Amino acid sequence: MKFNKIVFASICLSLLFISCGDDEVNAGFSTDSFDRKEMLQNWADHIIIPSFESYVNSLVDLKSTNESFLLAPSTESLEVLRSAYINSYLSWQNVAFFDIGKAEEIGLRNFSNIYPTDEEAIIDNIETKNYNLELPSNYDTQGFPALDFLLFGTADSNEGILNFLQRENNSQYLSVLIDRLLKISDEVLEDWKNSYREIFISNDAASEIASVDKLVNDYLLYIEKYLRAGKIGIPAGVFSGNTLPGSVEAPYSAIYSKALCLKAFEAVQDFYSGISFESKLQLNSLESYVDYMIEKNHSEDLSAEIKNQWSYAVNKIDFISSNFGSQINEDNSKMLEVYDEIQKSVILLKVDMMQVLNIQVDYIDADGD
Amino acid sequence: MVIDSRSFFSSYFSKNSKAAPLAVFRILFGLVMLFSISRFAYNGWIETLYLAPSFHFHYAGLAFIKVPGVYIYLIFAVCGLAALMISIGFKYRLASVVFFISFTYIELLDKTYYLNHYYFISIIGFLLIFLPAHSTYSIDAYKDDSIIREYIPKWTIDVIKLMLAIVYFYAGLAKLNPDWMFRAMPLAIWLPSKFNLPLLGSLMHETWMHYLFSWGGALYDLSIVFFLMWKPTRVFAFIMVVIFHLLTRILFPIGMFPYIMIFSTLIFFDANFHEKILAAISNILKLKPGVFQNDQAYQSSFLNLFTLPTLILFMIFQILFPLRSLAYPGSVYWTEQGYRFSWRVMLMEKTAYANFKIVNGENGKRFYVQNDDFLSPVQEKQMSTQPDFILAYGQYLGKHFTEQGHENVEVYVESYAALNGRKNQPFIDPKANLMKLDYRSLCKSHIIPLND
Repeated sequence: MKFNKIVFASICLSLLFISCGDDEVNAGFSTDSFDRKEMLQNWADHIIIPSFESYVNSLVDLKSTNESFLLAPSTESLEVLRSAYINSYLSWQNVAFFDIGKAEEIGLRNFSNIYPTDEEAIIDNIETKNYNLELPSNYDTQGFPALDFLLFGTADSNEGILNFLQRENNSQYLSVLIDRLLKISDEVLEDWKNSYREIFISNDAASEIASVDKLVNDYLLYIEKYLRAGKIGIPAGVFSGNTLPGSVEAPYSAIYSKALCLKAFEAVQDFYSGISFESKLQLNSLESYVDYMIEKNHSEDLSAEIKNQWSYAVNKIDFISSNFGSQINEDNSKMLEVYDEIQKSVILLKVDMMQVLNIQVDYIDADGD
Repeated sequence: MVIDSRSFFSSYFSKNSKAAPLAVFRILFGLVMLFSISRFAYNGWIETLYLAPSFHFHYAGLAFIKVPGVYIYLIFAVCGLAALMISIGFKYRLASVVFFISFTYIELLDKTYYLNHYYFISIIGFLLIFLPAHSTYSIDAYKDDSIIREYIPKWTIDVIKLMLAIVYFYAGLAKLNPDWMFRAMPLAIWLPSKFNLPLLGSLMHETWMHYLFSWGGALYDLSIVFFLMWKPTRVFAFIMVVIFHLLTRILFPIGMFPYIMIFSTLIFFDANFHEKILAAISNILKLKPGVFQNDQAYQSSFLNLFTLPTLILFMIFQILFPLRSLAYPGSVYWTEQGYRFSWRVMLMEKTAYANFKIVNGENGKRFYVQNDDFLSPVQEKQMSTQPDFILAYGQYLGKHFTEQGHENVEVYVESYAALNGRKNQPFIDPKANLMKLDYRSLCKSHIIPLND
């Protein structure tokens, strides 16, 4: 009964497969002609690591500027400190969506830029000196939003703010916040340089734990939640029905909300196109990946459509006040127009791009059929 | 002719067959179910799929079937225990009733998690209640000689084969659509992302591979049962079954489905093949040879008077029910009217996005909903692609915000879907107030037709 043996062998083979885990098949075997490893390398070496280096440098600068300010507080040195602060905040926008590896592990984004900040809790922290900035309950008492409050919002006049910052407890809290920003971002950068770069690049398969899938999901989440909703939608009242001008990014300094938003947009666009952080040359990235996949199945030029949609959004932003808060109070419809344009790009990304790349939105841990 | 067919039926239904194939099916089915339920619990899905979400998508008319809080663990435990009892044939009738009810109950809790193979399991569970699958190699029969039957009516085995034939054949028929056959969709989307498979990886982006898999899959589904039924091709067909389903296992996250089909198709083999399996089991358990041999045939007036007509009606229903989508206008892939319960397996790639707007009908004030405040990622994904989910969720939101104190609540959805590689297009009429619709009116006039 040779047939029976064949059948039994088949059953055994099936059993063998059952015993395999679900994530077994992802070793780095040969691929089609699009080089995902090269794309990951570009991302790591020419976008992510240089962006983090630049960001960490800006924080080193902020730290030393703060030290000089404390040695010689004056309205002039306060201005220097403020410009170092906004420089770092702009630089942050370049790294905000790399929520992967160490950044994800330590919650870099939550500790760096959760707003609106909690004024009362900050004052409370300063007075009691009894706080642990590593707790999630302190997300909104630290990072850039808290710096914005301390540097711009603690009094009505610059003299008042200067007075506030000259009190030891206050200046100490400011220094603690700057040190903490520097510490956690440096930790992320060092991890990229020491070990995570190799892990990131070698994980070039397609699965829920693969680098491409994960970073693309992070990227979309960022555009949807932090750029579309956080910077525009929530303050413009899209999700509440009432405008919330106090919920713009950097409401105390007020005039930087648009610059921060544009910077974030630029980072998002550059990542899509694969623009090298230093050389500004275009490398393999999502754009070439989408184009490669499109060539196989689709006729429409999705990349062009996505990029056009973004430029419509940026054009709309160009027309509004550099102070989102006052724009909302004066004519919120302009903010809503920006929101609508970003929204259209989100649909192109989440529906069309994800289908073209066959990456699942929000990895779902369940069976399908 | 009439007399001839009547005599054919009466002679067919009085034919007997060895009980071994059904016993092996029972043993394997119980084991695979036990494994499947344990795996579900082990993966933490009872928590993430049933307990964590605050909202569940009910089947029409079955909203009273609710997640019973933490007692759902108990239901899973009972279901797993019943599966084990089916496998060993201990209090078989009771166990099969309990298994069918508990498993089906779990599946009816939330249609987000509908899978064709869960539906298949429920159907088999239902059939097993009626079939004499415990008449040999069961604890029941071991303890009570009067249960032992060496022979059972042939149709009690054939009904399982018929069910498998329905599954495969309808799955094959569903593949005979222009996207699958002439655009190799959705495989042309799915396969390229499997670039890192051993051996096959470098071929996965080739267009001819997409067509090979599409046409091969359709041909397989349509023909495999015939090859399994015909003795000369049976072993070859079974090897194809194993290759086909293991391939789908490697390519797609379809859980236990491949194994269930592989084990189920063993029922097409002759009785002496199954007797060898049973003999091997006896050997391991050190049972006396011949303990289940009594040369008796299963006869029961109940079986003929009640069970047979019931199952005939049930199988006629199984043949007709998957065809209901023909009664609805529009593409079944787009509207999904009649999509479930009709063996459309791994058939389309649909990506969608649904954004809900809550409007005060009196003063026009509006705001949008963040879906992840209410839905889990799985639920949101399923919701955005299916009109009935969109309606149910929209109405839930309306109720929720009304309870929160909002007045004159109207709910609108801005939704876009992309089907099988087409560019995204508007899905549900954005001007339709979901609070004022029922499912029928939604389908009739508020699904924007697929623009091909």
